[in-house]
Amino acid sequence: MGRQLLLDKVNVAGINTYDVYRKEGGYRSVEKALKKMTPEEVLEEVKTSGLRGRGGAGFPTGMKWSFIAKPEGVPRFLLCNADESEPGTFKDRYLMEKIPHLLVEGMVTSSYALGANQGYIYIRGEYMYVLRILEKAIAEAYQNGWLGKNILGSGYDFDLAVTCGAGAYICGEETALIESLEGERGNPRIKPPFPAVKGLWQNPTVVNNVETIAAVVPIINDGGAEYAKIGIGRSTGTKLISASGNINKPGVFEIEMNITVEEFIYSDQYCGGIKNGKKLKACVPGGSSVPILPHYLVCKTAAGQDRLMSYESLADGGFATGSMLGSGGFVVYDEDQCIVRNTWNFTRFYHHESCGQCSPCREGTGWMEKVLHRLEYGHGKMEDIDLLWDIQRKIEGNTICPLGDAAAWPVAAAIRHFREEFEWHVNEPVRCLEKNYGLVAEKVFEPVTA
Amino acid sequence: MEAVKQTTEFTPEMLAEVDRIIKLFPEGKQKSALLRVLHIAQAHYGWLDVPVMDYIARLLHIQPIEVYEVATFYSMYDTVPVGKVKLEVCRTGPCAIEGAEKIISYIENKLGIKDGETTADGIFTLKSVECLGACGYAPMLQCGEKYHEHLTEEKVDALIEAYRKNPKANYMGM
Repeated sequence: MGRQLLLDKVNVAGINTYDVYRKEGGYRSVEKALKKMTPEEVLEEVKTSGLRGRGGAGFPTGMKWSFIAKPEGVPRFLLCNADESEPGTFKDRYLMEKIPHLLVEGMVTSSYALGANQGYIYIRGEYMYVLRILEKAIAEAYQNGWLGKNILGSGYDFDLAVTCGAGAYICGEETALIESLEGERGNPRIKPPFPAVKGLWQNPTVVNNVETIAAVVPIINDGGAEYAKIGIGRSTGTKLISASGNINKPGVFEIEMNITVEEFIYSDQYCGGIKNGKKLKACVPGGSSVPILPHYLVCKTAAGQDRLMSYESLADGGFATGSMLGSGGFVVYDEDQCIVRNTWNFTRFYHHESCGQCSPCREGTGWMEKVLHRLEYGHGKMEDIDLLWDIQRKIEGNTICPLGDAAAWPVAAAIRHFREEFEWHVNEPVRCLEKNYGLVAEKVFEPVTA
Repeated sequence: MEAVKQTTEFTPEMLAEVDRIIKLFPEGKQKSALLRVLHIAQAHYGWLDVPVMDYIARLLHIQPIEVYEVATFYSMYDTVPVGKVKLEVCRTGPCAIEGAEKIISYIENKLGIKDGETTADGIFTLKSVECLGACGYAPMLQCGEKYHEHLTEEKVDALIEAYRKNPKANYMGM
């Protein structure tokens, strides 16, 4: 196992309580920042660290922070995006449940750099029990003087609260999150203006993922340069990977981003190989919206080099032969899984989660779901495959927010790499359902209801 | 299941919680409390009917339509009656390849209802839902605030029995 910066103390008994967290060196980054550093120095350390947003887009955090507008007399806000809803991703929940104070500490240190005096953690409504864990941690932090007025006598005030969503993937998009936090429907806003200029209640706002904010803690404790030594190239530091699917050891792993994908899948330290001795068929390395990789492009790039668990290496080859690290939602498929069915499943998800503002996404996701449903259930025609390609191409890039792209990419990649399987579904639909799902033939020709 | 309620008023404990949540936001921004207040109401009443939403609008000094539009947008809110125990089974990708569909059919057969329906005795509602962020522990379902993971048919049997005895066991707080 490589270095652990976030989860190193996860197995310490009672680490979810303030006393143990503090005894294990918690809140040192707040002491260091508020007593010895200016906000600008904290920002510089984060820039030096090379930390990139851990929510999926991978945008450099220090640069994002430097965009925040600072008009005189206007409050600024730091929002933590804990709306984790990308299928395949469950790392933030793990971190918040196990070490809630790490997020609280990161919020204080990060807000200090931004000059924000109020922060909110926006957590998805389904994680209500985690919300209660966070509220307890926040209350403990207030009692011990890490939140509130004049923290550590520095003159810096910071208030922190948790609020929640109610089951909407779209609220992970930062402007939809802001809308939701204002008590509205989660419809993304048109940009510009960006949240850094006009965000929460039209004030300058930064929205960061849970893991990003947690990573600020070791960056300030050990220095940005030290953090930047870990990993490879522009993929600095450690990354939490949520591993699921047909593997022996699903769970959350903290990795250094210079390990190979092969090691990650097959080493006993991580996924422990494919379950039941089966063969690898495909892998979605960064959450449902990134392109699926066929087995021959998982461990090696198209150029034959070892593929690493880094932003750059996973994207090597572009969308033609690569994918993305995304949110680190690593889903592994064995030889028995059906790509058409999986693509239909993901498309149904995006159809369900489209907010409905933009026609290409609202109509296109539903249309693709229908076409994929009929392919999977034995009503498909050959020309449906080209139709699907055409629909996804017309969604991508034509919507206000990236949900449209997220819905289009998995369909495009599935057709690109597994076209034969789609054709096979048209020619011999019954065989797939029997082989892969043990479903009886009469179920195959159920009426199309999608 | 009955649509007629004794009252739409919140209990003093609920009102205190609403008050606490409103105070998390700057003055005049009490609308931000709406999503959490709707959760409180739904945990208490089981679902959100119009009189309850109108009451919430009065509590937060907003228009009823502002409550309706939010309640109908987010999939966790029920604006039609549901059973006392809502079994929400994740059906998305990683859960699907680990057998979510079999768990859903097993529950359908066991309770004699289809996905989205409520049992005749008004106790159980089955709902398949999109990713709940527990992909590594699939298949799974959520009931109230509890996550039940690594589901098997035996586990489903046991938890249905437990909930039949105590339908409120699914909520930790208010």
